[in-house]
Amino acid sequence: MIRKFLNGLTAHSFLIFISFLSIFPFLWLISTALKGAEENIFMYPPYFIPKNFTLDNFIGVWHQIPFLLYFLNSFIVAAFTVILNLIFSSLAAYPLARMNFKGKNFIFTLILITIMIPFQAIMLPVYLIVLKLHLVDSYGITAGYLGLILPFAVNAFGIFLMRQAFLTLPKELEEAAFIDGCSIFTIWLKILLPLTSPTLAVLAIFTFIGSWGEFLWPSIVLTNKTLYTLPVGVNDLQGMFSANWRFIAAGSIISIIPIIIFFLCMQKYFISGSAEGSIKG
Amino acid sequence: MNNFYKKHIPYLFLIPAIVLLLIFFFIPFFQTIILSLKDYSQDIYNPVFCGLKNYKILLHSKEFYTVLFNTFFFLILAVPVLTVVPLLVAIFINQKIKGITLYKILIYLPVVVSIVVVAIAFKWIYAQEGILNYFISLTGIKPIGWLTDTHFAMLSVAIVTIYKGIGYYMMIYLSALLGVPKDLYEAAETDGAGNFQKHLNVTIPHIMPTIALVVTISSISALKVFAEIYVMTKGGPLNSTKTMVYYIYERAFENLDLSAASAASCVLLVVILIFSLINITFFENKRYKL
Repeated sequence: MIRKFLNGLTAHSFLIFISFLSIFPFLWLISTALKGAEENIFMYPPYFIPKNFTLDNFIGVWHQIPFLLYFLNSFIVAAFTVILNLIFSSLAAYPLARMNFKGKNFIFTLILITIMIPFQAIMLPVYLIVLKLHLVDSYGITAGYLGLILPFAVNAFGIFLMRQAFLTLPKELEEAAFIDGCSIFTIWLKILLPLTSPTLAVLAIFTFIGSWGEFLWPSIVLTNKTLYTLPVGVNDLQGMFSANWRFIAAGSIISIIPIIIFFLCMQKYFISGSAEGSIKG
Repeated sequence: MNNFYKKHIPYLFLIPAIVLLLIFFFIPFFQTIILSLKDYSQDIYNPVFCGLKNYKILLHSKEFYTVLFNTFFFLILAVPVLTVVPLLVAIFINQKIKGITLYKILIYLPVVVSIVVVAIAFKWIYAQEGILNYFISLTGIKPIGWLTDTHFAMLSVAIVTIYKGIGYYMMIYLSALLGVPKDLYEAAETDGAGNFQKHLNVTIPHIMPTIALVVTISSISALKVFAEIYVMTKGGPLNSTKTMVYYIYERAFENLDLSAASAASCVLLVVILIFSLINITFFENKRYKL
């Protein structure tokens, strides 16, 4: 009995410690952002609760940085990346899971090989291709968005995941629908997709998070500030307010509010363990 | 049933994905190799074929050896911690205790937040007169330039990567722990094994494939580290945090030295391919079976 209690105590202390470490960097940003202009944010010993509690830093940075625009850009890019991934992955996965055709194994192997090619090693030619296709922001906003979206519009993990999902469905469903006169496309759209919606949701959520946090590619292709996504915009804070840590902190906190809300709403998908390890960009 | 699917239909379904993979994966992949064999130094618009010259230059450049060293140093700093700590956390979370969901949410939180914000938060913690140096000063140690001292900068960057990864690998371990048969623990308990022994003798051997998986995937992502470095140190001080991807980025997009950038890209490609092949042959072969 005592041993069990002690075990529980150790577990809780350890987990409280780790959880605290997990959120400490954010809490410290919030604390800094809430401190008034008269306070010394470098004071030793550091203190957590602001003495002159103020929202001025949040208001100030909000007026100088177009967060809504960055948010909108991030949202457009992430949403289209998700939609295209869902469509293209599930389209490609269908024949790979269900049909027999020439070159099937070859094509599937080819798709899986892309998992081993790190984007970072091919980003220079990808950039040259995107330039050649005129998919950069100097050719207009739509071109800029497409340049951010298309290189990530399909992903071997997604195809693989959808193929696995289709494989678990009974073949009789499709046969019955086919006899009823449905086309293959209708079967895919009206029967297979609804039945695999849990997998589609997992794919959507992880693709969304990946796209939302992407930093390397947008910082390479974007030249026009009106197309900045949140990570690029937030990184820009450092240059704009070089020593003003109150503003940098406030801006950083503002930028993570949407994704934290999204995470809390979808938390069961993240922490249930069902999807883990299946997707990693 | 054989005529159920018409001959051309499979290809129609595959076309969008294949076209995109061709344009954004396979063509760039071969182009990386071709670019690395061309000399851009005379005229960037009219490169000439130059054999392995770019590789020779790379192998004679001191900076590149520093970059290679840094990349593997970073890997050695990050991977062991990312393998062990998330496992410990997962083992604690896997017990029947209250508040597990809350713990999971808090520990997973850094995974979903943009790396840029995480790096900025740590930059603030690492500041010369920042909170970390305050705690250090309590023990009588002088303030450390976490990101400005060549001895500490890489460690400081690795801590950020570790911080951001713990929740992710914890979840991988958690799903593996669910697969450990409960009666094995009971048997160990009746044999009088303590908590520590129980995990050493039952848990660890049972989830060994997952541990190996975590080692390989965290190694691959360590080799690709970029954003932390870009936001916090820009490869400095004195190149002490310049890793492969940062080097490629700098060469390609800041110095327009396409030759060095693509030769370095090929080196990165080969290194990561080796890790991926190890991963797929030994740990994930079942997952991708045709």
